[in-house]
Amino acid sequence: MDNHKLTLLNRIKDSDVYFSFIKSPTAIISTVILVIIFFCSFFVELVTPYNPFDPSSLSLMEAFTPPSWTEGGLSKFILGTDGQGRDMLSTILYGSRISLIVGFSAVIFALVLGVGLGLSAGYFGGKYEMIIMRLTDVQLTVPSILMALLVDGIARGIISREMHDEMAIYVLIFAIGISEWPQFARVSRAATLVEKNKDYVSASTIIGVSNIIIMFKHILPNIMRPVLVIGTIGLALAIIAEATLSFLGVGVPPTTPSLGTLIRLGNDFLFSGEWWITFFPAMFLVLLAFSINLLGDWMRDTLNPKLN
Amino acid sequence: MVMLVVAFVSFSLFNFVGDPINNMVGEETSDEERVELRETLGLTDPIYIQFSRFVGNASKGNFGISYQLKRPVSELISERLPATIELVLISALIALVSGTLLGVYTGINRKGFLSDIILAISLLGVSLPTFVIGILFIYLFAVILGILPSFGRGEVVSLGYWTTGFLTLSGLKAIILPSVTLSLFQMTYIIRLVRAEMMEILQTDYIKFARARGIKEKSIHYKHALKNGLIPVITIAGINIGTLIAFSIITETVFQWPGMGFLFIQAVQFVDIPIMSAYLVFIAFVFVMINFIVDILYYFIDPRIRVKAEAVSG
Repeated sequence: MDNHKLTLLNRIKDSDVYFSFIKSPTAIISTVILVIIFFCSFFVELVTPYNPFDPSSLSLMEAFTPPSWTEGGLSKFILGTDGQGRDMLSTILYGSRISLIVGFSAVIFALVLGVGLGLSAGYFGGKYEMIIMRLTDVQLTVPSILMALLVDGIARGIISREMHDEMAIYVLIFAIGISEWPQFARVSRAATLVEKNKDYVSASTIIGVSNIIIMFKHILPNIMRPVLVIGTIGLALAIIAEATLSFLGVGVPPTTPSLGTLIRLGNDFLFSGEWWITFFPAMFLVLLAFSINLLGDWMRDTLNPKLN
Repeated sequence: MVMLVVAFVSFSLFNFVGDPINNMVGEETSDEERVELRETLGLTDPIYIQFSRFVGNASKGNFGISYQLKRPVSELISERLPATIELVLISALIALVSGTLLGVYTGINRKGFLSDIILAISLLGVSLPTFVIGILFIYLFAVILGILPSFGRGEVVSLGYWTTGFLTLSGLKAIILPSVTLSLFQMTYIIRLVRAEMMEILQTDYIKFARARGIKEKSIHYKHALKNGLIPVITIAGINIGTLIAFSIITETVFQWPGMGFLFIQAVQFVDIPIMSAYLVFIAFVFVMINFIVDILYYFIDPRIRVKAEAVSG
C-alpha cells in the first residue's frame, strides 16, 4: 500500500502538469486562494464564530456595525454586520457555500450532458451528429445568461408557487447547466473525432468490445483534458451566472442567501452609506471568479495548447 | 425559418406552461363557465389552427394580455422599447468607438506602459460581473461624488410613439452610468480583437509597401490598416448587439432603467407568460435582423464580396 502511494506520488511529480504548475506563480497563488475559499466554505461551521442563521445569536443592537478598522467598528465583526446584525464574514462564507454548490452542480450537469451527447455524436456520426451539432450552433447564438433566464422562467411556470423556494436551487442548477452544455458537446465531439481513428479503438472494435464500453471506458479518459479546461472556465461562468440570477431576484431565495442574493440585499443599503454590506460579498465573488479564471487560463495553456 | 421555430416555442410556452384559463379566472369560476371561456378563446380547436392564429396575431403585434399588469403586452412593450433601444445603441456606440480606438492604440504601441494598463484593465473587465460594475459605479458617482443620477431615465420628451431622454439634460445624465456599465464588457472584447487584427495586418506586404511609398504613419494606421481590421469587428459587433440586449436585463435592473429587460425580469419573477413569450419573439426578431444587417454591411466594407456579387448578377 505504502509502496503504491509512493509511486503515485512520484508519477505526479514526474508529470509535465506538475512541472508547469510549480513554474507558474499565478497558478500557485490562485490555487492557494481557491483552496482556502473552498475549505472555509465547506467547513463553514468550524471556521466562523457565528451562525448567521441562528436567530438567537443575533442582536439588532449590533446591526449596521461597520468593518472593524473603521470608526465605530467592533473587533468581533471583522467585516461589520448587515441590517439584521449578522456577521458579514460568516454570512459571506455561508453564501459562498451555496454559490459553490450551485456552480459545481451546474457544471457537472452540463459536463455529463454535453460530454455524453458530444462523445456519442462524434463516435456515431451521421444524422445524429448533425442534429446535435446544429442544436449547439443554435444555442450558442443565444447569450447563455438569457438562456438560463428563460429556462428559469419556464421552470417557475411549471412548478407550483408553493414549491418555488424549495425547488429554487434545483431549478437554478438545471437552468445554468442547460445554458452551458453546448461548449462541452463541441469540445468533446472534436476530441472524439481525433481519437476514434486511432489504433486502440479499431483494435477494441475488432475484438468485439461494445460501443458503449469503447466510448466511455476507452475514449473518454483520452478526451478528459480539454473537457477539464472547459469545465474550469465553465465553473467561473456558472458562479457568475448564479450570482447574476440571484441578484436579479430569480435565483435562490433570501432565506438561504448565496453571494448574489447578499449583494442584492446589500444594494438597498448603499444609499444610506452602509457600503460594506454589498461591497464585501461583491469583492468575494470577484476574487473567487478571478482566481478560477486564472487557474483556467493556466490549465488551457498547459493541458491543451491547441485550444488557444 | 428561425422565426417560426421561436414562434412555436413561445406558443407552446404560452399554452402548456400552466393552464391559461386558470391564470385568467378566479377561484370561484364554475366548471361550465370555464368550458365556455375555453371555447370562446378557441382553445378547443386543433393545435395547428391555434398555432396559425398565434402567428397571425403575433405578426400584427398582438401577444395577449399580461397576467400581472392586466394590460395588453404590445402596449407594455412599445412603452418600454425606446428606453432599451436608446440604452443599447449608446452603449454599442461607446463600446465600438472606444474599443476600436484603444485596440488600435495597443496594437500599434505594443510594448508601451499605457498599453499594459489598458490590457490589464480589460482582463479585469472580463472577470467582473456586470452588476458588480454597476453597483461600484453607483456608489462612486452617485453616492460619494453625487454628480450623476443612479436610477431611472430622468425627464423624457415624448415624440409621438417614441419617448426620448436625449433632449433633456437630466435624461442625458441618466444614460451615462447604465450605458458605460453595459458597454464595458463588450469593449474589452473589441479591444482584444482590434489589437490582434492590427498586429497581424501591420505585418502584411501592402502596409510595407505603403510605408515604402512614404505615406504618413497615421494615415497608414487609420486608413489602410484599420479598414481591413474592421471586418471581423463588424461581425462581433453585430453578435454583440444581441448580447447587449441580453445583458441590458441586468443593467436595467441595477439602474432601474424602465426598459424591456426590467419588464422581462418582473415577468420571470411573477411567471407572466405572455410577456415572456413576447420578449422571446422580439429577441429572436432582433437577432435575425442583426444578422441581415451585418451581411449587408459586409457588402459595403469588403470590396471582394461586392465584386463577387456583381460578377454573379452579371
